[in-house]
Amino acid sequence: MKDNETKELKVKEKQELASPAELTRPGLVFTPSVDIFENEREIVLLADMPGVQAQALNIDLRDNTLTLEGGVESFEADGEEAVLIEYEVGKYYRQFSLSEVIDQNKIDAQLNNGVLRLTLPKVEKAAPRTITVQAG
Amino acid sequence: MYRRIYNVPSVRFRSAFEQLDRMRRQFDRFLGDDAGGDRGMLGAGVFPQINLTEDADRFYLRAELPGVTSDDIAMQATAKNLSISGARKIESESDGVKYHRREREAGNFSRMITMPTEIDPDRIEARLKDGILTIRVPKAEAVKPRQISIN
Repeated sequence: MKDNETKELKVKEKQELASPAELTRPGLVFTPSVDIFENEREIVLLADMPGVQAQALNIDLRDNTLTLEGGVESFEADGEEAVLIEYEVGKYYRQFSLSEVIDQNKIDAQLNNGVLRLTLPKVEKAAPRTITVQAG
Repeated sequence: MYRRIYNVPSVRFRSAFEQLDRMRRQFDRFLGDDAGGDRGMLGAGVFPQINLTEDADRFYLRAELPGVTSDDIAMQATAKNLSISGARKIESESDGVKYHRREREAGNFSRMITMPTEIDPDRIEARLKDGILTIRVPKAEAVKPRQISIN
């Protein structure tokens, strides 16, 4: 729908989350950038979560609240000294409240190149039924 | 402690006054009109942001490039510089979708990074996995530190 832009990418500082809950392990938490769109059948969420592998990704949906949580490995091996550090590394966390009811059994999650594509199919609304009235 | 490269100030403090000065400036920024956009990044302000580390033999350069595949990146190196350029693409969705949020951006990027010492461009290794680009850059033999024995 939107044509590919050929503009230059600008640096966007990572958004750190002021986390309300205390983390069990110390570390930074960031909110991933997301695109959310929907069509008639489903809601689709795309989140940039570089460094998150499938086994470290936690997707939770309950009470119409969707929680994304992705852990990252600290990449610096021992014995490496910092020369120039421009960005911090930390896990990703974001919550959304959904307005639609989702068919949980059909949720699909794909994680490629650090981008999560989450497809949330909406529950099929019951087809309208005409009700005949018995005279009597 | 960071080395000086391209006049980026090192975080070491030369005197106690300089440390107080820096604290004062940070408090000014904290209480002032800093809207959070321009936090005085220590970096060059060019996409992508990089983390450069080193050990005795190599430099390690890392960048976060979600959604970028190896086909979309080109890298070139000389004995002193490394350049990374490419494009982040976002696939277009079918017609008729309605967006609730749109925070991710697509576009081109191009950055030249000057290494602190001479490097060996023929032996550079690069890996792109889960949206993280990791480049191992061996230092040139001539600049590696040598142990000097004292008689």
